[in-house]
Amino acid sequence: MSEAVIHDDHNDHHDHKPTGIGRWLFSTNHKDIGTMYLVFALIMFFIGGAMAMVIRAELFQPGLQFVDPQFFNSMTTVHALVMIFGAVMPAGVGLANWMIPMMIGAPDMAMPRMNNMSFWILPFAFTLLLSTFFMQGGAPAGGWTMYPPLVLQLGDGFPFLIFAVHFLGISSIMGAINIIATVFNMRAPGMTFMRLPLFVWTWIITAFLLIAAMPVLAGAVTMLLTDKFFGTAFFDAAGGGDPVLFQHVFWFFGHPEVYILVLPSFGIISQIIPTFARKPLFGYASMVYATASIAFLSFFVWAHHMFTVGMPLAGELFFMYATMAIAVPTGVKVFNWTATMWKGSMTFETPMLFSIGVLFMFTLGGFSGLMMGITPVDFQYHDTYFIVAHFHYVLVPGIVFGIVGGVYYWLPKWTGHMYDETLGKWHFWTSTISVNILFFPMHFIGLAGMPRRIPDYSTQFTDWNMIISIGGFAFGLSQLILVWVVIKCIRGGEKATDEVWEGAHGLEFTLSSPPPFHSFTTPPEVTDATAHS
Amino acid sequence: MSVDKLKQTVLGLIAVSLFLVSGAVLAEFPLNLTEGVTPTSHKVYELHMTILYIVTVIGIAVFSVMAWSIFHHRKSKGAVAAQFHHSTTAEIIWTIIPILILVGMAIPATKTLVFMEKTSDAEMTLKVTGYQWKWKYDYLDEGISFFSALAEEDNSARQRDSGIDPATIDNYLKNVDNPIVLPVDTKIRILTTAADVIHSWWVPALGWKRDAIPGFINDNWTYIEEPGIYRGKCTELCGKDHGFMPIVVHAVSKEEYAVWVEEQKAIQLAAADGANREWSKDELLEKGKSIYSANCASCHQANGNGVEGLFPALNGSAIVNGPAKDMINLILNGKNLMPAFKEQLNDTDIAAVITHERNSWDNTAKDIVQPADVKAAR
Repeated sequence: MSEAVIHDDHNDHHDHKPTGIGRWLFSTNHKDIGTMYLVFALIMFFIGGAMAMVIRAELFQPGLQFVDPQFFNSMTTVHALVMIFGAVMPAGVGLANWMIPMMIGAPDMAMPRMNNMSFWILPFAFTLLLSTFFMQGGAPAGGWTMYPPLVLQLGDGFPFLIFAVHFLGISSIMGAINIIATVFNMRAPGMTFMRLPLFVWTWIITAFLLIAAMPVLAGAVTMLLTDKFFGTAFFDAAGGGDPVLFQHVFWFFGHPEVYILVLPSFGIISQIIPTFARKPLFGYASMVYATASIAFLSFFVWAHHMFTVGMPLAGELFFMYATMAIAVPTGVKVFNWTATMWKGSMTFETPMLFSIGVLFMFTLGGFSGLMMGITPVDFQYHDTYFIVAHFHYVLVPGIVFGIVGGVYYWLPKWTGHMYDETLGKWHFWTSTISVNILFFPMHFIGLAGMPRRIPDYSTQFTDWNMIISIGGFAFGLSQLILVWVVIKCIRGGEKATDEVWEGAHGLEFTLSSPPPFHSFTTPPEVTDATAHS
Repeated sequence: MSVDKLKQTVLGLIAVSLFLVSGAVLAEFPLNLTEGVTPTSHKVYELHMTILYIVTVIGIAVFSVMAWSIFHHRKSKGAVAAQFHHSTTAEIIWTIIPILILVGMAIPATKTLVFMEKTSDAEMTLKVTGYQWKWKYDYLDEGISFFSALAEEDNSARQRDSGIDPATIDNYLKNVDNPIVLPVDTKIRILTTAADVIHSWWVPALGWKRDAIPGFINDNWTYIEEPGIYRGKCTELCGKDHGFMPIVVHAVSKEEYAVWVEEQKAIQLAAADGANREWSKDELLEKGKSIYSANCASCHQANGNGVEGLFPALNGSAIVNGPAKDMINLILNGKNLMPAFKEQLNDTDIAAVITHERNSWDNTAKDIVQPADVKAAR
């Protein structure tokens, strides 16, 4: 290796990994921190999933069989908080940590110590949140959206909820700053912005969204805290405040948050589809511009989450038109992915299967999203199972499938072993079938009038709910296959080549599998031909 | 396992799930939005179906292209990858066409929305107030006012491990003790607000829902075209019993409505008179029992033992066994999570429920409280 000669550096051909628990506690290495993020996300995915199983067990038939209504509300509330802030967001950051330095030709993240801190905040934040289950008054039960005045009725757990959200915000902002600093400063020579892999692009845009949106959430929950303990009345009409103000501020964070969750998944499938179609991504530049315009527009549509609060006609029209406008860049992305597959030479390994799953089922979630953007009909859809179907379609087969596809795609690179392809295919097909049995009928019961967030329902919804619950249990069980595949792959398996996949391009595939501890100690040269081939 | 075997297994799974679904066709599978019984709900239904058809057509088109590509452009069929990666013409086409489709959707949507927001020229006004966990209805023109909560039969069945099969109750969780009666062919303004947390008032057949927000009043209207019973639910999470505060609307002819109004006025007068006389212990106990189960039991429980750490026990409570005056004040004005009942219950109701509590379970006070005592404390 020539760089050893050039740099006269002791470390670059030896991986000086610290050993023992210290390797993880004090880690400043982007791969180790990425691994911790991913493992943490997986654990949270199962904790949140267990709560979903409780919800589906209670809803299996009408009447109350297993839990009381208050505990049921805690389940729906904490399930959402855990899945959003504990599973999906950390998984995205974990993939960013692992892949961004390798994709841009950098040795590590720009701020390795901050990287360590932003990860280690997470277990503390979730300890605060989950400890509320053992407190007087129980865990948060007012919905993950924390609307006052209801959330203010929470018992001793209330400040723990608020501080957990603060911590999660701090962690996300640090992660975002790190990613921006890394991409802006540590790109290899020749790696211009318009040569960046799409995954890196979607993450830069996500990081800016995080920096813009998370402080707004922190502000909103801080006002809740002062309303509860310090006698302010931001959200109390009796003191001159307005409960709806919270909803405006919350969703000003909340809608960009939707794209914080989904953009990394878009980036992942933009890497995977060209690889397995053996064809360059169609419309690279328009993908970048479409992602940026989705992110920009996401700050002007927040009130479509709250059409029923009673806004002036002009406000309702504005937010309806703005919401419909988002369909245009989103459509461009779907068409570009389709055009990438068109006339390709496709094979269907597990990462490709999951990406195609995203393509179909995210689009389906997009359609129901468009329907709900139409204000007058949203007055019927709002807060029914129709919205539950919609956001689970975009979050589970849209985002979780994207993340899982990314894990399968890069797992051989990380471990140096190929995963078990048969098990991977089993994971895909059982997940895809069960996720549709789980979420598709929710459209029907929502339209037929079943409200969300209820522990018991009228008997005309019984049959659908049984089918939905069966789908839910099957989906939960299917995810155990993923754990099996990952453990099996870490322990051994067929040796992965550096390129891993026949059609793979990108700097990460020029490194060995597994890659060296410090990715690129000498920056590679990037030319237009290597970047877009 | 070979790919063929995997394919067989997957096909088998699909067949089994189809069989499971088809085997259950005799069961109840509601699928779509109601058409409703108001001009608004008809327009909303039409708009919903139009958009549903449009997205279905787009979906079929887009998914067909994807599926075609997946089946034909595969390496196993010898497909060789083309290397094109850009086409400005294609990009412009698939930007412009969606914009045109969206404009086509926005025009009827805007018309419907403008129609829905015209709340002027109402012939009568109903004020709806959300409480944890019941509704209060005020007929502002007639001076009629009452609360409406989940019916007792449903309420017993929905308790955890009640042993009552919900299937034995018609319209389970959609029955109330006091339904709203409204005239047909009348433009009715419906104002929504709340007393504690945010609720949302939704009767699907009317074609809209609207949040009930404490401290604010939302303005809506409806015009029911057909007599009938229309049922709905609270649709904004409002705490523990959010799932158990239904809405029932009886739409009747204008003549029947006029008769009902007179009846209600008579009932309200009688109730006001009741507050001015002495009540016997038996009368109070009987009334108090039903007031307790409708208003108190969801927190303090039917056995008076409350819920540890959340809702204090009334059985053996120092307050319940202490001076009646303190108890009256507590119920009138509330404390912490306990709501103030002075708006919700009249003097007779409060006197009766206090009498019931002081004479129930292991409580030793055993005295009676008269409506006049409550009136004096207000």
